[in-house]
Amino acid sequence: MIHLIWVALICIGFIFAAAQGNIEVVTKAAFDGATTGVTVCFGLISVLVFWMGMMRLAEDGGLLQKISKLLSPLVAFLFPDVPRNHPAMGYILSNMSANLLGLGNAATPMGIKAMQELQTLNPDKQTATPAMCTLLALNTASITLIPTTLIAIRLNFHSAHPAEIVGTTLVATAIATFAAIAADRWYRSRELRRRPPAIPPSQTSLAPLISSAPTSAASSTTLPVSSPAVPRTGITAAKGRDTTWKG
Amino acid sequence: MLNFINLVSTWAIPVILAFIPLYAYAKKVPVYDSFVDGAKDGFSTAISIIPHLVGMMVAISIFRASGALDYLISWVTPWIKHWGVPGEVLPLGLLRPLTGTGSLAFTTDLIRTYGPDSMIGRIASTIQGSTDTTLYVLTVYFGAVGIRNGRYALKVGLFSDVVGFVAAIAICLLVF
Repeated sequence: MIHLIWVALICIGFIFAAAQGNIEVVTKAAFDGATTGVTVCFGLISVLVFWMGMMRLAEDGGLLQKISKLLSPLVAFLFPDVPRNHPAMGYILSNMSANLLGLGNAATPMGIKAMQELQTLNPDKQTATPAMCTLLALNTASITLIPTTLIAIRLNFHSAHPAEIVGTTLVATAIATFAAIAADRWYRSRELRRRPPAIPPSQTSLAPLISSAPTSAASSTTLPVSSPAVPRTGITAAKGRDTTWKG
Repeated sequence: MLNFINLVSTWAIPVILAFIPLYAYAKKVPVYDSFVDGAKDGFSTAISIIPHLVGMMVAISIFRASGALDYLISWVTPWIKHWGVPGEVLPLGLLRPLTGTGSLAFTTDLIRTYGPDSMIGRIASTIQGSTDTTLYVLTVYFGAVGIRNGRYALKVGLFSDVVGFVAAIAICLLVF
């Protein structure tokens, strides 16, 4: 999908510029875009370096583990396939709390750390795990309690009630987050149905339902990349409830 | 309420910044070494993101500069006029998933042009506050760990953007 969007953005831009007879903007835009990309990354360095240092302190001091334990029921529900005591849980929680407070700059490094920890659980390092997709779903919907930046901008332009959008933002963000989680769950279960786990059917209570699903339609559209090439010999269903993803 | 929110937004980060080192120090962690150690990771992470971000920024930049984005907007606007939705906010819905700084610039522009307390200003503020730059988030997060196949993450992200966008407009039209 990302490949298609990338090519489409460039090619449609190229065609438009060519049709309007100003093809020269493409060259300029390309280099401008590249500059912006690097500038944004360099802007991120300070924030990333600083917050990751802070996060290491929180981790070494045992703070993340403490918060993690406190909020683990919620995160265990959202991330059923991450072991409860895994460091990823702490980072996921910090990422969520920072997003809640509207601290986008602080949320990003924590989210990246969470991704790196989730990657250690990933059998196929090039393909995202469902847990990674859930983390991204939460982040793209960006649950927000306090839209700090927007309140600041509205203050700048002399709004009579700069914070009046807090309520509407909260409702909109809650609906979007709910939709994201629901969609994430739907895709998750759909992939499970399409690619039944290679563990004995006796261990999955859903086995009868899966086998009765219309497999002919499903198999024709199965993503070729998602099929695990790794033999699932090392699987043990004893650890955790949802081991099917960790081949 | 406003006072409370202002209080929270100004105190949240300082409190976190003071509390984390103090807590770690109390737990007998060599705080400075620990901080520097973690901070090193931050640098390499930022550097590893560069290729991903450059790739995406180039594509978006070409798309915007060519006039394709403007055309897309002019094509969609008539469709939603009779729902009572101001067409001016539509480009924001298209920009928001693509570029964070771009959409923030667009929101600021709308607020400046129509006023922060106008319907357009309120809708723009709500949209900007309640959704995130899906493509950027995907690029940065997946790029940082080298994921190439993002599975359904993009679809979920874009779907929640659409839901958030529609919800933001509907709620603003209802409340204000």
